[in-house]
Amino acid sequence: MMFFEFLEPAFMQRALLAALVVGLCAPLVGIFLVQRRLSLMGDGLGHIALTGVALGFLLQTNPVATAVIVASIGAIVVELIRAYGKTSGDVALAVLFYGGIAGGVLLIGLSSKKSNVNLLSYLFGSLTTVSKFDIALIVVLAVAIFFATLLLKKSLFALCHDSEFAQVSGIPVKLLSMLLAVMTAVTVTIAMRVVGLLLVSALMIIPVATAQQISKSFSGTRILSAAIGSFGAVSGVITSFYFDLAPGALIVVIVIFLFISSIGFSAYTRRRSLRLQVR
Amino acid sequence: MSLGINSSSVVAILGSNGSGKSTFVKACLGLAPIHRGTVSIFGTEFSHFKDRDRLGYVPQRIHDAMGIPATVSEVVESGRLSHGWLRRFTQEDKEKISHAIEVVGLKDRENDSINTLSGGQYQRTLIARALASEPDLLFLDEPTAGVDLATQNVFAEALKHLVQGGTTVVLVSHELGPLRPLIDRVIMFREGRVSFDGSPDAEAVDSHIFHDHPHSSSKPAEGWQI
Repeated sequence: MMFFEFLEPAFMQRALLAALVVGLCAPLVGIFLVQRRLSLMGDGLGHIALTGVALGFLLQTNPVATAVIVASIGAIVVELIRAYGKTSGDVALAVLFYGGIAGGVLLIGLSSKKSNVNLLSYLFGSLTTVSKFDIALIVVLAVAIFFATLLLKKSLFALCHDSEFAQVSGIPVKLLSMLLAVMTAVTVTIAMRVVGLLLVSALMIIPVATAQQISKSFSGTRILSAAIGSFGAVSGVITSFYFDLAPGALIVVIVIFLFISSIGFSAYTRRRSLRLQVR
Repeated sequence: MSLGINSSSVVAILGSNGSGKSTFVKACLGLAPIHRGTVSIFGTEFSHFKDRDRLGYVPQRIHDAMGIPATVSEVVESGRLSHGWLRRFTQEDKEKISHAIEVVGLKDRENDSINTLSGGQYQRTLIARALASEPDLLFLDEPTAGVDLATQNVFAEALKHLVQGGTTVVLVSHELGPLRPLIDRVIMFREGRVSFDGSPDAEAVDSHIFHDHPHSSSKPAEGWQI
């Protein structure tokens, strides 16, 4: 079976499973970030997750697990600053994000020297290094995120569409905002093994931007973006196997290509429907 | 200031920009902080008030067509969340949503994206969202500002419908327009204070509408209380 040879190595099976669940979940969380105009939140939390990865190296424990914890704490702090800090909220966030990178680099300096190479695999994604423990953690957390976004779909929509209305309706807006931030942090960390911390936000945002060109409903955008995300992630991983390229960069290039195509498609259908109306 | 609003009445709050009318509504709904004093709703202090399904709100809104697409019915669905934000929608919820869309005359646009609606149609969607929860007390912030006469009439019809069902309505406006026959009481704000409180037929109401330019820029009053 020449065609399916990419399925043979065990590391590829793990990488593909990780890509599938991550590609599915990232847009399911990202759609609420786009709607709330917090598209760069995932990027910022990715910076903070780097400190978590470095802490894992330093403590010689699993970096994905420490990154999940550190990024989640970071997300809660970010949300508290957003909710209670007023004028300096923006600056405080910047401090936190750059602090995350600096902290990560410093902690890695304190651990052993060879982990610098390893660090690159967290920044840009890597197929060969996804361990069995990593994949178990990724799948469990992805399933949790999948069901959380499904259960909270309507409330999160109300919150992101009109937070004042949501508050008047008795929806716990602060709790839900916090939960959304933590879900973002968890998504960033589980996606970093596949896409890499520097590109992870792209997988949360671009599939959503693509789907919104085509769909006219929120639920349609949600389903289509999850399909685009998982297709982009899986096809990126397969392509990177054959060409020995960084999977994260390939995945992002694929979803960007789909995004540009969707703009063309939506412009074409708009013009066509206009022409039909004129006739 | 101290204000009481009786149940099953329709109260209009008038005043120029910056007179504090929107802040008043936001303070009533817990959206703006109150420096001193209390807000009680249905006899309960606001912070202890839990029956959120009895409360409706139509915010002042500038139509923003750039977000994620959502259909009219998806937006109106949010209105039912005040009856429980974690539960699955029942058949009853679906019927109320559909009915609210029908009342504002958007049945044929139900599955269209809100990004394709006109300003007036979007405002009607927000009104339907508030109607869907079947509130006992409804706050409306400038519901007819910048919308066409058709929407104003639809809105007046919807309001009549609600009032007949015993809903108390508090609406903030620059002018009364087609809503005038429905209104029981007018409260006028000036610089954060009540400058008039009485019947909509009083002379003072007309003099406000005809002589007070809606865009005159009196500064917002600072630190006023309810």
